[in-house]
Amino acid sequence: MTTAAPETAGATVDPPDDTTLTRSGLGPRGCGQVLLIACGALAREILDLKAQNGWDHLDLTCLPAILHNHPERITQAVRDTVARHRGSYDSIHVLYGDCGTGGLLQAACEDMGVQMLPGPHCYSFFEGVEKFATRGEVTSFFLTDFLVRQFDAFVWKPLGLGRHPELLEMYFGNYETLVYQAQTDDPALTELARHHAARLGLTFERRLTGYGDLETAMAGWARSAPR
Amino acid sequence: MSEEDDIILSELDDDELVQQMFDDLYDGLKEEIQEGVNILLGRGWQPYEVLTKALVGGMTIVGKDFRDGILFVPEVLLAANAMKGGMAILKPLLAETGAPTIGKMVIGTVKGDIHDIGKNLVGMMMEGAGFEVLDLGINNPVENYLDTAEREGADIVGMSALLTTTMPYMKVVIDTMIERGIRDNYIVLVGGAPLNEEFGKAIGADAYCRDAAVAVETAKEYVARKHNRAKAG
Repeated sequence: MTTAAPETAGATVDPPDDTTLTRSGLGPRGCGQVLLIACGALAREILDLKAQNGWDHLDLTCLPAILHNHPERITQAVRDTVARHRGSYDSIHVLYGDCGTGGLLQAACEDMGVQMLPGPHCYSFFEGVEKFATRGEVTSFFLTDFLVRQFDAFVWKPLGLGRHPELLEMYFGNYETLVYQAQTDDPALTELARHHAARLGLTFERRLTGYGDLETAMAGWARSAPR
Repeated sequence: MSEEDDIILSELDDDELVQQMFDDLYDGLKEEIQEGVNILLGRGWQPYEVLTKALVGGMTIVGKDFRDGILFVPEVLLAANAMKGGMAILKPLLAETGAPTIGKMVIGTVKGDIHDIGKNLVGMMMEGAGFEVLDLGINNPVENYLDTAEREGADIVGMSALLTTTMPYMKVVIDTMIERGIRDNYIVLVGGAPLNEEFGKAIGADAYCRDAAVAVETAKEYVARKHNRAKAG
């Protein structure tokens, strides 16, 4: 796994392109009292929230988003990142859900004394953890803005569906609906998501979630940290 | 590859054919596997021999290379699909010839979980190893496991989950077994991507199985112990 080099303090807060976020992540700017360690799939949303709210005292580093497909690697990657930056910030927060770590990330965060986001994964906290749990959608396959844009890198190619379309039924035969949780109101992304649903043979549903509990958690951390 | 296209399976001797079937299974070639199975049967091989020597032997190599990071999920699924093609020919014959059964397993994904790829692989490899497998499918409440296990006199209850949100349901099943005083009647095996050994122990399962090959070996070991205990008792 490669890790992005730190950005220079004061550099632009524009996120890197999706491919970089997928493979390398994002280095911290090296300024601010609070470090957020996040999945690369959340970089745009977090940087947008920072910019909208003037949360300049929150710095951000992202792990490669492709860890989404290798949850067994997430906990150690987060541990290493916390250890690397612990001395440089007053506090650190982890912007991951459980993300398939089977509770190991939660245990690691408790062990390191850092807070993480609630819920099983980003689909949950974008929709709102409680609401998501209440819905109990067993046969829905979820995509966020990032995953709609990076569908081939995260779904189609790793599952070998381009080379072996006959595997589609084995992977998705038990699903019924592709739910696109839209963080932004973007007609082009919606059409792309609809196209992905058709490729998977699933019905399509779009929900405009905005940033959900991600915004709430960040606001709390921003308030509790001195500027 | 053109060289491989030239291979005529029926012209290979038994050892060469089994080796070729290993390769074909590895490459996920379902039709070739079915052809190989039919050739071996035509040469007088017992269905159980074809299953264990050609198919399970080949899938064991696939499983090992998956564990070692040489093969990935799509390749394993293609291999499994090829094996399934061979099994479809062998299963009715195995039933007719009274092939040995070393134990009975009830298996399914837990309530709220529809991800059955791992469960299907385990079920297939268990059948290949001589277990009778009662597949409950997906999204199973506790009653499905326990009613079927009791009715069918199963030795093993196998539960699978892919989601962090559904894996705690395994404990519900085990706790219900304890409440009903039937926990010790069954070997409970659990598996799935977010699970680990610690979780298996914490919920009171007999074992966590990290993949299909481990599930088979673990099941064999526990069933042998159970039979030994029964003999001693």
